[in-house]
Amino acid sequence: MAGKKILLEHIDVPGINTYEVYRKMGGYRSVEKAIKSMSPDDVVEEVKKSGLRGRGGAGFPTGMKWSFLAKPEGRPRYLVCNADESEPGTFKDRYLMEKIPHALIEGMITSSYALGANTSYIYIRGEYFYVLRILEKAIAEAYANGFLGKNILGSGYDLDLYVHPGAGAYICGEETALLESLEGKRGNPRIKPPFPAVAGLYACPTVVNNVETIAAVAPIVNMGGDEYAKIGVGRSTGTKLISAGGHLNRPGVYEIELGVPVEEFIYSDEYCGGIKNGKKLKAVVAGGSSVPILPANLILKTANNEQRLMSYESLADGGFVSGTMLGSGGFIAFDEDSCIVRNTWNFARFYHHESCGQCSPCREGTGWMEKILHRLEYGHGKMSDIDLLVDVSKKIEGNTICPLGDAAAWPVASAIRHFRDEFEWHVNEPKLCLERNYGISQKHEVVM
Amino acid sequence: MSETRFSEETIKVVNSIVSRYPEGKQKSALIPVLHIAQAEFGGWLSSDTMDYVASLLEIKPIEVYEVASFYSMFNLKPVGKCLLEVCHTGPCMLNGAEELVSYLERKLGIKSGETTADGMFTIREVECLGSCGTAPMLQCGRDFHENLTNEKVDALLDKLKAEGKQKSYVDQD
Repeated sequence: MAGKKILLEHIDVPGINTYEVYRKMGGYRSVEKAIKSMSPDDVVEEVKKSGLRGRGGAGFPTGMKWSFLAKPEGRPRYLVCNADESEPGTFKDRYLMEKIPHALIEGMITSSYALGANTSYIYIRGEYFYVLRILEKAIAEAYANGFLGKNILGSGYDLDLYVHPGAGAYICGEETALLESLEGKRGNPRIKPPFPAVAGLYACPTVVNNVETIAAVAPIVNMGGDEYAKIGVGRSTGTKLISAGGHLNRPGVYEIELGVPVEEFIYSDEYCGGIKNGKKLKAVVAGGSSVPILPANLILKTANNEQRLMSYESLADGGFVSGTMLGSGGFIAFDEDSCIVRNTWNFARFYHHESCGQCSPCREGTGWMEKILHRLEYGHGKMSDIDLLVDVSKKIEGNTICPLGDAAAWPVASAIRHFRDEFEWHVNEPKLCLERNYGISQKHEVVM
Repeated sequence: MSETRFSEETIKVVNSIVSRYPEGKQKSALIPVLHIAQAEFGGWLSSDTMDYVASLLEIKPIEVYEVASFYSMFNLKPVGKCLLEVCHTGPCMLNGAEELVSYLERKLGIKSGETTADGMFTIREVECLGSCGTAPMLQCGRDFHENLTNEKVDALLDKLKAEGKQKSYVDQD
């Protein structure tokens, strides 16, 4: 099945990063259509009809999120784009912003119009500051051509758009931490309610959407929500950018029509081209580091022996017992030689490092999990450590202000659920597994 | 050491950043201004630098310290002229990030986290930089260096030595 390209349709056109070429290829039509012939509510309606779901990881229906936006008289409303892409395995937003920056700018203008925002911000992770320059250049071009600033296209609608850098903090991908950071504070997530739709940036009504979500609004307005909803499968409408990494022959960003079989995505030459070095697939993390890891048999087929598809529903089939999540679309493949314990430790170290420290279960629990996994990996583990890990993960899950706690707990719990024998082997054969996996002589033990 | 003070030109840039946020919300400019300060004042944030930024934005020094200490890109101690930040998270580890760190350590004669005696290079391991499809990789200043091999690392180090600095936050080209 040839994949339908929407966001990346013109990715290979030379100069598509410039206003001139982007415009020639049909860019900014959605702004013209929306501003000249649609009311803001009409745009919201099309987005609702499209079935578009948040592409940052949560998968919440975008149109519904927009409809929650409070509209008190005399107070500004804000649209903030979440370009803090930091979920391990995910790099699609960087790719889109770098290659086709105007796709995001156009989406920002059309979406801001729909929400009645006159000032909008793109919050981009600080490490992407070369991309920030690309976006600023694109924004300057949009101003120069009358798509930003005062009285856009003679409509009376004004919009200013700015890019704001973060400075290295995964937690700022959580929308309320992002807003704190945008206000010049530490990225500590806020207690909800109130939700940003009521009290967000500067306590004003705010919508925070992922880069890919906002970029998708332009084609939705152009083709109409009903047409967009025909793409994809079931409630997984449209296309999704997948970041493919790990042990794949052709890693990279792929735009897929939702519903492509996972097997086809991994093995066909149109996508990842199979596993590197002719090896076998052992496991997959399908939606960024926080989603449950699945062994090869369960990622290719559901527990009911049905073909697993790249869609929100199919990947979640079986719940956390035998399923996972589409998440941010950070697709990481592990070959047969990968050590699940080492990878789980690696992810646990990540979450420990990135915990903001506000909630005790996460601040303390992520440290415990890292420590226990470290000793298992380096041959000092006990059999009781395995259940201890499960216990700690359960004490974090659901007990924190923001989802980072869950994101830290799920990879550990799922690795033990599906690969318990490997953890046991680390306890029983510590020397063997160190030698097999790494060769003790070459790797120094990280002292904790 | 020169006085901790931005040039008039930089002050103009700072003012234009402050103007992006509503009246009275100038604190929002803190992170972008700290990036500029770090780039202009030797690659790290001393308490003098942070106090200066506080006075510039008319906020309390503690408001700057608590932010500077929260975000991993702000250095509260001096680092080398070229900061080699190797991503060591999952997908990069699967594709040789550990070997890359070892190679840099051998080549520069320092351990990860240390700075060479001439103050030229610091090696640091960092969490996911969003370059998982082009692993292993490292970031140096503004630039991403991807799909690294030992040969590419050799060429990169030679280039950085010849140029004597990394591309920083304030470089416009």
